[in-house]
Amino acid sequence: MSELFVGTIWPLFELVLLTLLIVVPLLLAVAYLTYAERKIIAAMQLRQGPMFVGPYGLLQPLADGLKLLFKETVIPTRANKGVFVAAPIVTFVLALVGWAVIPFGPGLVLADINVGVLYLFAVSSLGVYGIVMAGWASNSRYAFLGALRSSAQMVSYEIAIGLVIISVLISAGSLNLSEIVEAQARHGWYVLWHFPMFMIFLVSILAETNRHPFDLPEDEASLVTGYNVEYSSMAFALFFLGEYANMILMSAICSILFLGGWLPPLDIAPFTWIPGPVWFALKISAILFVYIWARATLPRYRYDQLMRLGWKVFLPAALLWIVVTSGAMVALDLLPK
Amino acid sequence: MQQSYLFEYLPILVFLGIALGLAVAILLASWLIAPQHPEREKLSAYECGFEPFDDARGRFDVRFYLVAILFIIFDLEVAFLFPWAVALGDIGVFGFWSMMLFLAVLTVGFAYEWKKGALEWE
Amino acid sequence: MTIALFVFYVFALVTTASAVMVIAARNPVHSVLFLILAFVSSAGLFVLLGAEFLAMVLVVVYVGAVAVLFLFVVMMLDIDFVQLREGFLQYLPVGALVGLVLLVELALVFGTQAVETAAVDMPPTAPPGVTNTEALGSLLYTRYFYLFQTAGAILLVAIVGAITLTLRHRPDAKRQDISRQVHRRPSDTLEVRKVRPRSGI
Repeated sequence: MSELFVGTIWPLFELVLLTLLIVVPLLLAVAYLTYAERKIIAAMQLRQGPMFVGPYGLLQPLADGLKLLFKETVIPTRANKGVFVAAPIVTFVLALVGWAVIPFGPGLVLADINVGVLYLFAVSSLGVYGIVMAGWASNSRYAFLGALRSSAQMVSYEIAIGLVIISVLISAGSLNLSEIVEAQARHGWYVLWHFPMFMIFLVSILAETNRHPFDLPEDEASLVTGYNVEYSSMAFALFFLGEYANMILMSAICSILFLGGWLPPLDIAPFTWIPGPVWFALKISAILFVYIWARATLPRYRYDQLMRLGWKVFLPAALLWIVVTSGAMVALDLLPK
Repeated sequence: MQQSYLFEYLPILVFLGIALGLAVAILLASWLIAPQHPEREKLSAYECGFEPFDDARGRFDVRFYLVAILFIIFDLEVAFLFPWAVALGDIGVFGFWSMMLFLAVLTVGFAYEWKKGALEWE
Repeated sequence: MTIALFVFYVFALVTTASAVMVIAARNPVHSVLFLILAFVSSAGLFVLLGAEFLAMVLVVVYVGAVAVLFLFVVMMLDIDFVQLREGFLQYLPVGALVGLVLLVELALVFGTQAVETAAVDMPPTAPPGVTNTEALGSLLYTRYFYLFQTAGAILLVAIVGAITLTLRHRPDAKRQDISRQVHRRPSDTLEVRKVRPRSGI
């Protein structure tokens, strides 16, 4: 009996604790990302932003959450109930599970699987489902059209993201996320070597998470927020949390692939004093700032322009980059191993 | 070896379970706490002041199918590139040209697609 | 290993149950959603077998791409599914026949395997330190060169086929031509004239 406890139950319990150690701060980060977004955009537009709930409006996200909690859950009569309820759950769960493989520091990773990059690619390719299910189950024109646009858009940029990841993999020679970061300790950050790919990745993750300036699925002027019009209360909150958790996840992936994850910018004294996870968090925040900055600055793309950018610019450019870099590395014998 | 390999995947399963539990708990909590007053008008689909004419799930542009099909093809291409990128150091020049030929064939397809205007959205 | 066994049974159960639901569900969209569940849980089974690369590719390609197309088709095509289902029972004999043939074939395969059990002992495993993906990559592009190129050719045919089948040009649609926009000069379209007061052009 005690062996069962020590051998099976205790490690499981430990895993649950570790998971909560990631999930709870993540949800907190999501809440304060919405606050940061409102404050930053307000500052860019010379406004104050939230300022009444708590000091500097710091309790605003909590107030918003509580408000949503006390709202009525509306399920439209013509909706397909099972799918309607499942859709926000799918979105929320997918936004969280990607975090299981993210390395926060050397050895600080929950699931150190060999195919970490592919796992993240797989999880992000499932993201379409939450939206399509919501759009279809709502049985509302706006939701349906939003879901349709959204899925075609996400699918198109998925390819660009995949090709960009490949170019990093050629340099790193591994699918394991920790090993990719460690390879950058030897080679230098990949943002230096693959700068054009970094830019493509940065733009593609905006499109993949349906963020401005590619927020056509939520285009409030023509689609009244698109796929989630019919959602209220916590079902809506789950979509919202999922979207923001996805933004943070994408930023984390970007900083692992290109900005050296937990590595300090220079491997010398003042930089190495700061622990790895802090650097990682700083890099994620920097990319999130770009997200918000883009929202405050750029006008929305038109749908045909969006599709052209993905298929006619990013896809050929990334493919060409793969051919050129891999060719050069084979010719110069620079490949890992 | 097998054992340690599987233990790397266990956290993902635990993570999945917790995320699922959390999502369901959040939905249930709000459903239990908040007052529920369903009403016919409230439960009808969003529309600007008139009854929806018919079922919202109508036909749509065939172009969306085309995008989905092309996506499958290029997604497969990316799937083929993954092991290649990792093993490029081992398979050397022959492996490199093997992939170049594969990509060249698909680039012909891509060029055809471009010329035909399949990538243009109207 | 008890956990692995337990997980195996859970995944196996979910896979089979959702596979049954694919054909049992009344709504075709539900069928596709169950199909996706079956794919995902069989990816879990792949992981248990040690084929992690295949597991992830199964999710990326089948769930992330192929099932999206299925979902598009059943969600958005305006087919009367009740009508489609009416003649359902008349296919039962054919279905039963196919099932029976499959069962016999499976029995044959497993029967011969039980006899020559030593021949198919275990699938060859990669040497330690070589991951699944690398092992695959070191064979696929060199040893299986022709098969790999055939796959490329099939994909090419698929591109051409998809375009010829679905592409319809709408003459009334407006398209954006970037190079024309960029090369447009004010002198092409504008003419500056001096207009005297009270005389018009």
